[in-house]
Amino acid sequence: MTAATEAVPRPKARRSFLRRAFDRWPVKLAVAIIVVIWLIPTLGLFITSLRPESDIQTTGWWTTLGHLWKPSTWTFANYDFVLFRRGFSNAFLNTLAVTIPATVIPITVAAFAAYAFAWMKFKGRQILFVVVVGLLVVPLQMALIPILRLYTSGGHLFGIPIIPDLNLTGTFPAIWLAHTGFGLPLAVYLLRNYIGGLPSSLFESARIDGATHFQIFTRLVVPLSVPVLASFAIFQFLWVWNDYLVALIFLGAEPRVQVITQAIALLVGDRGEQFHLLTSAAFVSMILPLTVFFALQRFFVRGLTAGSVKG
Amino acid sequence: MSPTTRLWLTRAIWIGVAVGIGAAVVWSAGFITDPEANRGLVVLAAIALGVVGVALLFKGMDFVVDRLPARFRERVRPWIFVGPALLMLGVYLVYPAVNTTVLSFKGRNSQEWVGLTNFTEIFTDTESLVSLRNSLLWVIIVPLFAVAIGLTFATLADKLGRRAENAAKSIIFMPMAISMVGASIVWLFVYSFRPPGFGSQIGVLNGLWTGLGNNPVAWLLQEPWNNLYLMIILIWLQTGFAMVILSAAIKAVPEEIIEAARIDGATDWQIFWRVTFPTIASTVVVVTTTIIITVWKVFDIVFVMTGGNFGTAVVAERMVTEFFTFRNNGHGAAFAVILFVAVIPVMAVNVRQFRIQEERR
Repeated sequence: MTAATEAVPRPKARRSFLRRAFDRWPVKLAVAIIVVIWLIPTLGLFITSLRPESDIQTTGWWTTLGHLWKPSTWTFANYDFVLFRRGFSNAFLNTLAVTIPATVIPITVAAFAAYAFAWMKFKGRQILFVVVVGLLVVPLQMALIPILRLYTSGGHLFGIPIIPDLNLTGTFPAIWLAHTGFGLPLAVYLLRNYIGGLPSSLFESARIDGATHFQIFTRLVVPLSVPVLASFAIFQFLWVWNDYLVALIFLGAEPRVQVITQAIALLVGDRGEQFHLLTSAAFVSMILPLTVFFALQRFFVRGLTAGSVKG
Repeated sequence: MSPTTRLWLTRAIWIGVAVGIGAAVVWSAGFITDPEANRGLVVLAAIALGVVGVALLFKGMDFVVDRLPARFRERVRPWIFVGPALLMLGVYLVYPAVNTTVLSFKGRNSQEWVGLTNFTEIFTDTESLVSLRNSLLWVIIVPLFAVAIGLTFATLADKLGRRAENAAKSIIFMPMAISMVGASIVWLFVYSFRPPGFGSQIGVLNGLWTGLGNNPVAWLLQEPWNNLYLMIILIWLQTGFAMVILSAAIKAVPEEIIEAARIDGATDWQIFWRVTFPTIASTVVVVTTTIIITVWKVFDIVFVMTGGNFGTAVVAERMVTEFFTFRNNGHGAAFAVILFVAVIPVMAVNVRQFRIQEERR
């Protein structure tokens, strides 16, 4: 998909700056209004997170616009409190421990499978690929109850235990594997389309030179597939980072392993509206995705476009 | 050193390596679940275990296959490439889909068969019906507004200079990067309410509302309008998605057709509805169906903002509440099946149109 950022350059109009500024003013005004409406909620959150608690409780955040330059308007106390006394630095680390493997594992597993589906010969290749892609339809809600039961009491088929009681609930591997399973259909589909599109002459000459499938995969396919791997990686990273439901079910209420979305949701449940904590906590959770967003916008757009039906 | 000794030596080394790796995996698996261990180290160990583990898995399997008798080698190899993926899909999607469907015909503890009771209960219980009604409203209203605003914005921004266009689009798109939980906090603050006499309003909406001389409103408690206020959050999140994809489609409309229409004296309005819109119609369908699927499964926003109270329950949220809070497997599974079945036709349209759109490229 073409990145949104590619606009057609227009011929420069040789008109005065003022006339250009007022040119098409209804369009500009409409765009500006929508942009302002879209920005205000986030702006309010950001400004509030930097205000002293007493100010937050007594006046609206917009009143700071009257005394922007007064030093007493701003403070980092909320961040300090949330990160170091409310355990959000732990939640942040836990989220990394969940997110990085839950991104790397599905990509690796999917890339090997995609290569096999595209370039290896085996029985039932077509059928299996269709089944894998067809699994895109299954919402992850379908998986919650059985997987949780599997984690807590093992798997039984007609009363015969086939999977032992693994006691995985509340551990990182529990959630990595869950995210891997839920992310695979999309990943296999995207990667197989891309890897299948690589020129076949490449593989033939490598085979003639005596390369094994494993060597072809690691030395040729992976380097050539960097764009699609990056797109999916960013999509999956943000998906897992922003996930609340899967963490809620599989990590559970154990505070030691909880991720940042759980920590925030718990804070909402606490008595009273502690906006000094909520706003800074929310912003802590948004920093990484927003950085990824602004730094890698092109890949991000592509990944999202391809991956938005997931879940 | 004789070749045989060397062979045995290499074998011994490989066995040693394998044992070492196994021990390391077991140790780190124990370490990351140790409650007393330093969190930073635990996190590092977890990341290393997950990332290195998956690489070693494939390397190790390939290593083993290389040592199989030549007859089997190339017949087995494809299966070590697809095997892990198929196993994961089997355990995490195929088995659960079957199992959930079975559980939806069983009672709350999944012991006895109850036939269609779970479904008849859902379709007769007032609270569940409210969640179904709300979900229907969500899937109509949110995609409608997200696509309409996204399309309008994409069309308008297309007429701006490139820099201004990109900056404006970034801002509309930015909410896509944040979690629904984060977005809920953003809007919890917008909708914040204080009863009159309990200090000045700190939510921007009540700030504006009281500034206009009205009494403050507890937005999230106003049935049935609170549903709309929750929907606004998702519209805010999804408009950027619609806008970015529609914008790309608009830019792909051939300049010559638009130029020709303009020479024939068509207005901007006519060009949009008679030329641009028909050209991008399949993209509009893809975007709309994609958003419908997202909306249909919305959970976080409702769960965090109102917990499904005050008449705001939706299907995906009821599913989790029934299963997780009320411990009723039967109802939870039945709600999941309802989610699943309703997604299928939308997904079919989505995939069909997506392929039509891809073939145009």
